[in-house]
Amino acid sequence: MTVSAPHPSPLVSLRDVRFAYGEREVLRGIDLSVHRGQVVAIMGGSGCGKTTLLRLIGGQLRATGGTVEVEGRDVARLSGSELYALRRRMGMLFQFGALFTDMSVFDNVAFPLREHTDLPAGMVRDLVLMKLQAVGLRGAAKLHPNELSGGMARRVALARAVALDPLLILYDEPFAGLDPISLGIIGQLIRKLNDALGASSVMVTHDVHESLAIVDYIYFVSDGRIVAQGTPDEIRASRDPFVHQFVHAEADGPVPFHYPAEPIERLLGGEGA
Amino acid sequence: MSAIASALRRIGALTIDGIWRLGFATRFLFAVLLNSGQSLRRIHLTIRELYFSGVLSLLIIMVSGLFVGLVLGLQGYDILQRYGSADAVGVMVALSLLRELGPVIAALLFASRAGSAITAEIGLMKTTEQLKAMDMMAVNPIARVVAPRFWGGVLSMPLLAALFSAMGVFGGWVITVVVIGVDDGAFWSQMQAAVEFRYDVVNGVIKSAVFGTVVSLIAVFEGYDCQPTAEGVSRAITRTVVTSALAILALDFVLTSFMFRG
Repeated sequence: MTVSAPHPSPLVSLRDVRFAYGEREVLRGIDLSVHRGQVVAIMGGSGCGKTTLLRLIGGQLRATGGTVEVEGRDVARLSGSELYALRRRMGMLFQFGALFTDMSVFDNVAFPLREHTDLPAGMVRDLVLMKLQAVGLRGAAKLHPNELSGGMARRVALARAVALDPLLILYDEPFAGLDPISLGIIGQLIRKLNDALGASSVMVTHDVHESLAIVDYIYFVSDGRIVAQGTPDEIRASRDPFVHQFVHAEADGPVPFHYPAEPIERLLGGEGA
Repeated sequence: MSAIASALRRIGALTIDGIWRLGFATRFLFAVLLNSGQSLRRIHLTIRELYFSGVLSLLIIMVSGLFVGLVLGLQGYDILQRYGSADAVGVMVALSLLRELGPVIAALLFASRAGSAITAEIGLMKTTEQLKAMDMMAVNPIARVVAPRFWGGVLSMPLLAALFSAMGVFGGWVITVVVIGVDDGAFWSQMQAAVEFRYDVVNGVIKSAVFGTVVSLIAVFEGYDCQPTAEGVSRAITRTVVTSALAILALDFVLTSFMFRG
């Protein structure tokens, strides 16, 4: 695992980012940065606003406060065509792959190449087969997405996400719903592709052990704030109660087991009846 | 009293909601038109959709046209022979098909066959995040997915309506001339004399073009706008069929009252 020398300016930087869905505040002042070459994980319980963070970086949502910068440019201020120009240099892996179900595996991976380049068919073919080879699925090029297992679909989606050799790769829950073998494969691929392409990766996940093994830096998000951060070694050694609860998968702790409710004694004691 | 008030509120809410959606659909139409360049430049995208909504609807359209023609022939003969003008059955069949039944029934069938399929496809693409994935790949889903389907529907509808009418006339001919024994020459010559190209045929084509545009817009809009869940997609499909049917019948009345006031 390599931690590249810190580049003077981070590729992605979020400063005091706030976001609300209507009245419901999801992010309450997030600061984080992703340096070039790094694989960064954003972790937290379900529904803590991790995926929202990813959407803010990809420009699918606009922050209600603070700034989201990619390559030093404020994503929220980009025009439609500037945003598309930026996205051509980003790859995103969706939670369930989001493969185009009416196209074969080959056509799925070829899609970004055909849409954004005028490469001759032979070259598109070579590039697609190279990407599929990288994820170990060259033999599956002719299959359709409905013939793939969950892990294979995720790998095809990964090949598609890196088809244009992106600068930044975003992963939305790349490990969700995978068996241990597929999980390990995806983890290794994320690291290898990141290093081979010289890209940077941001991964939103709640899979602690797989992430600790492959990432360079981790942010923990809870209740819309960054509650802890550090390198995998720092996280493992951390005495922070939230990190401890998360890493050791304890049911109760700073994140309560019970959804807020009135004390149960009052319900069971018969007073309320 | 409160029951009346709440009923009134409900009607008001439904009306406002309907107007909002109409506004959204109109804005969506402009977005589709603005992003239609690609479906014309990369014509194979549109041709593929023409195949899916046009060619694959051929069977149901032609069979239904045939049956409608058969029924029209039977009923028309039954009524006209009472007045001794059974020869005019060809005129009756042709005019009712070209002016009304062809465009209207073909559009109703088109909405339930192709419109529902378009809504389901776009809705499922939305549910499985395929549209978002496309957007993240810097490919505009309105230009790449919606516009070709819209134009495929707009272009295939008039052709399907024409085929429907042709099959209907054929069905009317089969039942009256071949089966009942109306004079073959009278059937065709009266039709030829009475049907006017500009007044009857062109107006019918205009109608079917309007219906095609409306049904295609409703189908792509409902798909694009649906709630991204299984239930949301099913509701969107229902809305496509119901709204299309109402829109077709209401617009048909409006168009007829402009075109054929006599």
